[in-house]
Amino acid sequence: MNLRDISINNLRRRKGKVFFLILGLTIGITTVVTLISITRMMNEDISNKLDEFGANILVVPRSNDLSLSYGGLNIGGVSVDTQMLKDSDVPKIRQIEVRENISTVSPKLIGVVEIEGKKILLTGVLFQEEIRLKKWWKIHGDIPKSRDEVLLGNEVAVRLFKSTHDYLTISGKTVRISGILDETGSQDDFLIFGDLTFVQEGLKKPGALSLIEVSAFCISCPIEEIVSQISKVLPHAKVTAIKQTLQTKMEALGHFKKFSLGISIIVLLIGGLIVFTNMMASVNERKREIGIFRAIGFRKSHIIRIIFLEAFVVGLIGGVTGYLLGLGVSYILCPIITGIKGGGILIDPALAVGVVFLSVTMGILSSIYPAIHASKMDPTTALRAL
Amino acid sequence: MSLIEIKKLGKTYESGEERVFALVDVGLNIERGEFISVMGPSGSGKSTLLTILGGLNHPTKGEVAVDEIPIYKLPLEKLADFRREYLGFIFQSFQLISYLTVIENVMLPLAITEKSNREQLKMAEEILEKMELKGKGRRLPDQLSGGEQERVAIARALVNSPPILLADEPTGNLDSKTGKEIMELFKSLNQEGQTIVMVTHNPENVAYSSRTIQLRDGKLVKTT
Repeated sequence: MNLRDISINNLRRRKGKVFFLILGLTIGITTVVTLISITRMMNEDISNKLDEFGANILVVPRSNDLSLSYGGLNIGGVSVDTQMLKDSDVPKIRQIEVRENISTVSPKLIGVVEIEGKKILLTGVLFQEEIRLKKWWKIHGDIPKSRDEVLLGNEVAVRLFKSTHDYLTISGKTVRISGILDETGSQDDFLIFGDLTFVQEGLKKPGALSLIEVSAFCISCPIEEIVSQISKVLPHAKVTAIKQTLQTKMEALGHFKKFSLGISIIVLLIGGLIVFTNMMASVNERKREIGIFRAIGFRKSHIIRIIFLEAFVVGLIGGVTGYLLGLGVSYILCPIITGIKGGGILIDPALAVGVVFLSVTMGILSSIYPAIHASKMDPTTALRAL
Repeated sequence: MSLIEIKKLGKTYESGEERVFALVDVGLNIERGEFISVMGPSGSGKSTLLTILGGLNHPTKGEVAVDEIPIYKLPLEKLADFRREYLGFIFQSFQLISYLTVIENVMLPLAITEKSNREQLKMAEEILEKMELKGKGRRLPDQLSGGEQERVAIARALVNSPPILLADEPTGNLDSKTGKEIMELFKSLNQEGQTIVMVTHNPENVAYSSRTIQLRDGKLVKTT
C-alpha cells in the first residue's frame, strides 16, 4: 500500500468523472496530433513535388555585357569574360554545407548559332541532370545519348522543317536529331539542346558555362540560406532564388502552421480547464477523505502527491489515447483537407513521446492549484464534514 | 511525567463580531495506561478538546505536551508526523475510505511509512485477526455490518501501535449490543496498556473507563 495505490483506487472508483477528465485531454492531444500530421504531410508533399516545379535557384555570372533572357529572367553575359562560370563551379555547389538539400545541379552554356540561314540559340546541357529538372518534358523520340545527337525545341523543329532522326549541321559538325520536345510554352520551344561538351567545343568556349540551374529544398531552413551558401563558394556569380509556386505554397503552409498552433493552444487550454474544474470538484468532494488522511498523519506533500499522481495517470492515458486517435483522425482527414491521396499514417516516436509528455504536463499543471488547495484544507474543517 | 499535559487551554472561535469560547482555562494531566471518558452536553467543548489533543486544532491559549513534546510548537509537517507516530483516531460514523478494501483501509497509516508491502500486510492481518475480522480483508467497507466497520476503524487506528487512542463517539452509530461489544474491546485494549481518550454521550460507556471528565460551556467542571 502506497500513495500510488490510493490514487489509482480513487480513479477506479470515479470511472465516469475520470472518463470526462481523460476525454478533455484526449480531445486536445488528438487535435494537436492531427494538425501536426496534416502540416507534416503538406510539407512532405511540397518536398516531393519539388521536381515538378523545376529549378528554384539560378546561378549566373555577375557581368552583364550581353543581356540575355532565360525563363523571363535576365541572365548574365555569354561572351568570354574573366568572371564567366566554369565547369569547375559545379562541384563547388555540390559541396556547400546544406548540400543534402540540393537535388539537381544543371549547368548550361547558351550561344547563338546559324543553321540553314537562321539564327538559333544552342544550349549545352548535361541531359541526365536536365531530365531530372524538367520532369514535364515530353519527348517525341529519344533523349540524346551521345555527343552526336541533339534535342530540338518544338518551335525550332517547325522553323527548320525537321523531324526525329533527321540530321543538322552545327558549327561544321553533323548531328542526328534524336528527339523533338512537345510544346512546352516556355523558352525551351526555341532552343536546340546538345551535349554540354559538344556545345562548348562548337561555341569555342571550352569549360565555360552561361548559367547553372539548381533545384533545392529545405524544410527546416529557408531557401535564402542555400542561396547565401552558394554565393559564398561562387563569389563571382550572382545567385537568385526564383520566387514561384513553391514559395506561395510555403507561405500558405506557414499560415496553416500558425493557424494550427493557435487552434492547438485553444483546444489544449480548454482541455486544461476541464482537468482544472474536474480536479477542483473532486478535491471539494473529498474534503472528508482528505481530513481523514491529514488526521492519521499524512503530510501536505502526501496529499499533493496523491493528486499529482492522479493527474499523471489521467495525463498519460489521455496522451496515449489522444495520440492513437490523432493518427486515426489525420488518416481520415488528411486526404480531405490537403487533397493529398494515399498519405498514410505518419508514425513518429518523437511525436508520440512529445504529445504524451505534453498531456501529462497539462494534467499536472492544471492540478497544481487543486492540489495546493487540498493540502491547505484545515483538517478540522474537513472533519466537520463528518 | 504524565503522557499528556494540558495547561490553561483556551479555544475561542470568532465569527464576525460573535466570539464563542469553546474551551476556557482547561488543565488536565493524563497518565500512560489511563482510559479517559470525556462527557458533557452538546457544545460543551468535548470535540474541540479531542481535536486539540489530536494535533488538528491550534488552541488560542495554553499548552499541550505529549510525551514532553509541546505539539503546537512543532512545524505543521512535523505535527503531521507526530499524529502518525503518537495517535490513533477513531471518528464518528467509522469514516472508512469507501473505495479501499478493509485491509487497504487498515494499511492506510502505513502507506506513508518506509515499511514494505509485505510488512504492511503482516501488520494489518495481525490487527484484523485481533479485531476478529480475519478473512474479511478483501471486502469493501459497505459489505460489512456497522459493528464490523467500527472494528475496521479501530484496527486502522491501532495498526501503527500508537501510544494514544482518541475516539469520538465510538458507539454513536451502533446498536446497544454491538456498542457494548466495542466497549469491551476498548476495555481489553486498555488492560493491555493502551491509553484511551474517548468522547461519549452515553453514560453506560463511562463504566468502562478509569476516569471521567465532565465539560460544560468549555470548562472542566468535574473529574471522577
